[in-house]
Formats: sequence, structure tokens, C-alpha cells
Amino acid sequence: MSEPILQISNLSVDLPRNGDRSHAVEKVSFSVNAGEIVCVVGESGSGKSVTAHSVMGLLPKGQLTPTGGEILLEGENVLNASPGRLRALRGTRMSMIFQEPMTALNPVLTCGEQIDEVLQIHTDLALAVRKEKVLAIMEAVHLPDPARIYGAYPHQLSGGQRQRVMIAQALVLDPVLLIADEPTTALDVTTQAQILRLISEMQERRGTGVLFITHDFGVVADIADRVVVMEKGQVVEMGTTEAVLKRPQHSYTRMLIDAVPTLDPPSREENAAPIMLETAKLSKIYGTGGFFRKTGEVRAASEVDLKVRGGETLGIVGESGSGKSTVARCIARLVDPTSGSIRVGDLDVATMSERELRPHRRRCQIVFQDPYRSLNPRRSVGASIIEGPVNFGTPHKEAYAMARELMSLVGLSPDALDRYPHQFSGGQRQRICIARALAMRPEILIADEAVSALDVSVQTQVLELLEDVRRKFNLALLFITHDLRVAAQICDRIMVMKSGLVVEQGRTAELFAAPQHPYTKALFEAAPGRTFEFARTPSM
Amino acid sequence: MISYILRRLAATIPVMLIVAVLVFLMLRLTPSDPAAIIAGDNATSEQILAIRAKLGLDQPIVTQFFTWLGRVLSGDFGNSFFFKKTVWELVSNRIEPTLSLSALTMVFAIAIAVPLGAIAAYRQGTLIDRVVMGFSVLGFSVPVFVIGYVLVYVFAINLGWFPVQGYQRLASGIGPWLQSLILPAVTLSVIYIALIARMTRTSMLDVLSEDYIRTARAKGQTEAKVLFRHALKNAAVPIVTVVGIGIALLIGGVVVTESVYSIPGLGRLTVDAVLARDFPVIQAIILLFSLVYVLINLIVDLSYTIFDPRIRH
Repeated sequence: MSEPILQISNLSVDLPRNGDRSHAVEKVSFSVNAGEIVCVVGESGSGKSVTAHSVMGLLPKGQLTPTGGEILLEGENVLNASPGRLRALRGTRMSMIFQEPMTALNPVLTCGEQIDEVLQIHTDLALAVRKEKVLAIMEAVHLPDPARIYGAYPHQLSGGQRQRVMIAQALVLDPVLLIADEPTTALDVTTQAQILRLISEMQERRGTGVLFITHDFGVVADIADRVVVMEKGQVVEMGTTEAVLKRPQHSYTRMLIDAVPTLDPPSREENAAPIMLETAKLSKIYGTGGFFRKTGEVRAASEVDLKVRGGETLGIVGESGSGKSTVARCIARLVDPTSGSIRVGDLDVATMSERELRPHRRRCQIVFQDPYRSLNPRRSVGASIIEGPVNFGTPHKEAYAMARELMSLVGLSPDALDRYPHQFSGGQRQRICIARALAMRPEILIADEAVSALDVSVQTQVLELLEDVRRKFNLALLFITHDLRVAAQICDRIMVMKSGLVVEQGRTAELFAAPQHPYTKALFEAAPGRTFEFARTPSM
Repeated sequence: MISYILRRLAATIPVMLIVAVLVFLMLRLTPSDPAAIIAGDNATSEQILAIRAKLGLDQPIVTQFFTWLGRVLSGDFGNSFFFKKTVWELVSNRIEPTLSLSALTMVFAIAIAVPLGAIAAYRQGTLIDRVVMGFSVLGFSVPVFVIGYVLVYVFAINLGWFPVQGYQRLASGIGPWLQSLILPAVTLSVIYIALIARMTRTSMLDVLSEDYIRTARAKGQTEAKVLFRHALKNAAVPIVTVVGIGIALLIGGVVVTESVYSIPGLGRLTVDAVLARDFPVIQAIILLFSLVYVLINLIVDLSYTIFDPRIRH
């Protein structure tokens, strides 16, 4: 075999002094060969992104500094390269694509300009030649109507198209190394499948070496040739995809693989409890305003009928824009439904005025996706938890005592109530959000992508917690997710939504065994790693 | 877009009408009497009455208002009570100095503040950043007249580079025109430099931590282009907003600066007209200023769409 295009040996990167450990990455060594996809897998804080950014020389200055080892790109140590040399290498020999294409593209420049910029920086080609090259690469990444997209701004494209623009920009000068940092994490499953296919296609055709960073073992199973598993800044295991996923050696790898929810739903008993929440023909239509003329209508949710019994979990599954969150927000009356009814117990809350609704607000609570943004950073978690009950007249002292109980219930120390959100990890924060919701003694709990932002191992724990509290408080749980694996594990019944419409609903086991609607089938097809047999530790 | 501009322009009409009513009422309801001032201290009450009748001030307020409004709508702002000229002659004569001073002030302010703010943000926490921010605090806190007199003392009196006072019309050549305006414009611009530099820095700091800045670096772009091509355009909207507010404040501010530097502009005319209770002149100037405010607002709103394609009207 020829020399690898990327050879990382003994790379160490220091963290600033006050960190919880001294190295962001420590003595990391691995290589990427031409025409090979190497996946670096790990949870947040494992150092996978730091490693990737070190290769590109994009570590934040003054905060993270490589202190040892070398990174050879085609034999040249990029750690010793001058800033000018590094700039010359970026875009020509090595390129990078990022997680969130919406924010990774400059919103005020057209897509064409941004791809063209790479050519402007690194070549002396004339404008006409450059434009031809840009249109050709757009064609190659299967962007529809390149001439139009050349002049379009990022916000005018879909998420998948934006990521294609990023890939076009990265590959326009045929680099030998492509670094992909969670490039599909922010995308819908069906789009993710397309982008993964595109990356393998480009890599095969051009012989590019790909360093692919991900936390998702499904993605690894689909595209990786070799896998590097990182934990706390160190490589704990590495090998071919087959070997690592089927015969994991290290306990951390085994834990990660076990934590990936399976697509086989466990059997769940029939629920005959009284119905707690029922909507009939619930619709939300946006954008009928316009002073002079009617502007376009968006039917965010259209005639949605659903029922949730006490102690039952209904999953709403769909991609972005499917209306799943709109339904949740209507039910919680965070947005006003355009028509239809929402029965909570024996009341119709759909048409209640804010004043009438107020006493019933506590009955329905939401846990949101991003625990970093859904807690007020300037208030102690205790203050956040007791705020609701106190608003509803619970004496301060009593509310605080209850908050202490809730903290132990969600698995945190009651003494941590005086701390602030930034002092907790993502999983802990989501536990706090659940405690905050439970403090209102709700009958209905809505979890809106509540585990999507969490690492797999933490995800499992939070899912278990949700199951626990559902059982304990006999909650009607409305679980909104884009992740079929998670839905399979936690939901009694599932409702699939697309473009505001419910396309299919049924008991989880039946739906997974025999999906009826073509869209549901497409979702299942797209689920990464669907066909791969992971080695799982037999469950207890 | 065109229909948006037309709608916005149409919306200025009620605004101007309200301004017209308010100005008119406020002037008539003040206890002072222009006729008495024109007639002088020794005038008899008959003389004053005669002057009042001549100026039309003996008519009911409503009649006076509609007579005035009718004339204004046909482009006639009437005659000055005090100077033996039409209001339009007076005002049009004074527009050039004021416009020159305001424009030059803003050009200085933007040309200095935006790069300073951008570099301060880029070098956040370093000496350069602290110097720029220190200057900005100074710019806010030192009164305009102090800066004005210090600059006059150093550059006009000691070094003799610029005239101490006065204004040279553009017609007399760009050199003398510029020379007569540099000191007042620099004086006036200090506070706007402080304001705009601060805003630029804050806005740039937000933008510099964005993902697309990292993308630009990942492409191999030079730091200067990352800063000025990628970051600045994204940071522009808040900057343009304060520039707009700055221009509006500036128009109010010229009243003082023109007095200090003896520049025969609208500011001076306003002061003279107010002291003489020269109602038609005051009304015309205030109408003109409010029209300028409205237009600046419109231009600022429109410029948003140039800097940020996501904003569409």
C-alpha cells in the first residue's frame, strides 16, 4: 500500500488551564489512505472535532494549542506550516465541510460566489472559466438547475442543497483529503441518506481520502471503511468497520454500540386507560395576511386527529417542516390553532382565551430539544423549577421542598438547586427541564425532540427517565422526534407526519413490521445502519 | 420593492401633516408676539396691530393654518417676517453649508470608525482593542465645545493650518471649502466615531464567532478578506442603523456647531429665526428637517436589503 495521505502521530492538544482535564486530545495517532473513509466516532468532548480542526489549523487561537506530535498531509507536517502555507493548503489539498450548512455558509453571499471564492483564492483563472468550473461542480454534486443556484442565497435553498453547496465548495479543487465534521447530523434522515451517498460517490470517483466525524453508529455502518473510536481525548479502539462494530474490544465502544437504540420495538402492553388528550381536525395555517393582496398560505398542520391515553406514549415522527412541532405547540397553546378542537380531559382548550386558559396551563407541559437554550442562564435551576408552581399559588417553601424531591427523582442531587444551568452537562440540563415540567404536576407531557441533542449514552438514560415518570405519574406523553430508532423504543403508538398531514398511524410494533404509506417506507429505508448487524451485549 | 418604496413615501404625507399642525400650533400658542418684536420697543399698540394685520396674524388660527398650508402645497413657503426675503431664498441659501458639514462629518466618522471597530473586534482583548475602546469612552464624555476649542487652538491658532472660523462656498473651489470644514467636521465627528466604532466592534464580535467565518478560513481565505468580505457585510445592519440615528442626531447638532464656528448654515438660521419669532422660517425649517428624518429612515431600511438578502420588503 502506498503512503497514507494523512498520518496523525502522537497528536496532543492542550486545554486552557482551568479545564476539567489538561489535554483536549492526547497522543492520538491514526491515518487516512487515499480513497478511504475513516470515521472518527465519539461523544461530545471526546476530542474528535479538535483533532479534525488541528489538521486544518483551525483551532481557536490562544485557547487550544497543539503541543506534541505531528500531522503529515502527504508527508508535510501541517503543524509546522506557516500561516501562509496553511492557507495555500486549505481548499486545495485539504477541505472541510461542517455540521450545519445553514450557518456554515455566509448568508449574505450567493452560493455561486462562495464556491467561486475558492477558485479566486487559489487560482488565476478568468471569471468565465471559473464560472464554468463552478457550474460543473454544482452539476457533479447533483444540485438541480446550477445556473439558478449560482445566483441564489443559502436561505433560498433546502438543507440538503446547502450541504451540497458546501461539498461542491470543498471539492472544487480536488483536494486529497476531505474532512467532514458531522455533515449530516443537522439533516433529515432522507436527506442524510442522499448526502452520505453523495460523499461516497465523490470520494470513489475522485479517490479522495475522507476523515468523517460522527457520533452516529448507523452512519458509521453505512459509509466507513475504518473506524477510530475516541473517548476523552484518546483513541480507545480502531480497526475496520466490520471488526469494530461486530467485535468491539473496548468497553467504551461496546457501551456506545449498546446505547444505539434498535429498530425493533419491544412489545408493549395494550393501554385501556381513559383518554387524556384528543384533537379533532386540528389545523394551523400560516401567512394569510398581506395588506394589499393575499400572500401564500402554509398549512403547517392539517386536520390532525390524535388521541393519547393516560400512561400512554404517542410518538409523532416526521422530518423538518412536517408539522410535528406545530401540533405540539398548538396542543400546549404556545401558538393558536386556526381550527379544530383540542380536548384536555373534558375541556376544549383550542378556542379558550388566554384568561380562560390560564388555570389549565399547568396541565400540559413541554420539554424542548435544546437544554442549553431552554433554561434561563441567569437564574438558578431551583428558581426555574419553582417558578411555575409559585405562579400558581404554591407557597415558596413548599415549592422548594417539591423541587428537592424532583431533583432526586430525575437523578440529580437536591443540593444542586442553587447552581446555574452552565454548571451542568447537557444530559443533566435535560433532566432539570423534565423536573421543571413535572413541578407543574401536568397530565400531559410533550417531549419535543427532547433527546435529539444528547449523546447516545445520555440519550438512553433520559429516555429511561421519561419512561419512569410516565409510569409514575400516569402521564399522557406526546413524544416528538425525527429519529425512528428512538421512537421504536419509547412509543406505544406512532403517528407519521409529512407536510402538515398525518400519513399513517398505528401501534409501534405493527407500524415497524409493516409500514403502509410510501413515505413511511422511505423513512425506514433512509434510517442509517438499518441493514447492519451490530454486536450487542445481550440485555439483562 | 418599488411598491414598498411608494408605500413608504405615501406614508410620509400624514407624518408631515402632523408635524405641520404641531409646529404651527406650538408657535401660535407661545406667548410671544412677532409683531411686537418687529415693531420694536417704542411702537404704539396701533402700529403693532397694523403689523399684525399685515402679517395675517390677526386671523383665526384655523384660517391662518389653511392659508399657510395651501401656499406650502403649491410650493410657496411665504415671506420671512423679519428678513426682507422669501423663506425659500433664505433656506435654500443655507442648505449648502449645513449639507457640506453634515456629509463631511459622517464621511469622517464612517471612514474612521468602521475599520477601527472591526480591528478592535478582530484583536479583542489586545492593546489595540483597549486603545480603541478607551478612545471611544473619551469621545463620548468630552463635550463637543471642548474638542472644538482645543482643535482650533492647536491647528488654527498655533499651527495655522486651518481658518479659525467661517465657511467657504463650494463655488470658491474644493480646497478652500475643505479647509474651512475640516476642523468643524472633525469636532462633530468625534462622538459619532465613538458611537459607530463601538457598534461595529460589538456587531463584528458576534459575527466573528459564526460558523461561516470558520468556513472562509477553511477555504484558505486571508484574514483581511475574512474580516472585510465575510464578516463586515454580515455585521452591517446594526452599524447602518446607528449611522442613520447618527445622521438624524447630527442635524440637530449642527445648530450648536454652526454657532461655534460661525458657519452660515441652517443651524444658524434656525437660531436667528427662533430669536426673531420668524414663524414662516421656523415652520419651513422644521418641515424640511422632518422630511430629511423620514427620508433617512427610508434609506436605512432600504439599505438593509442591500446588506442582507434575507431581509425583503
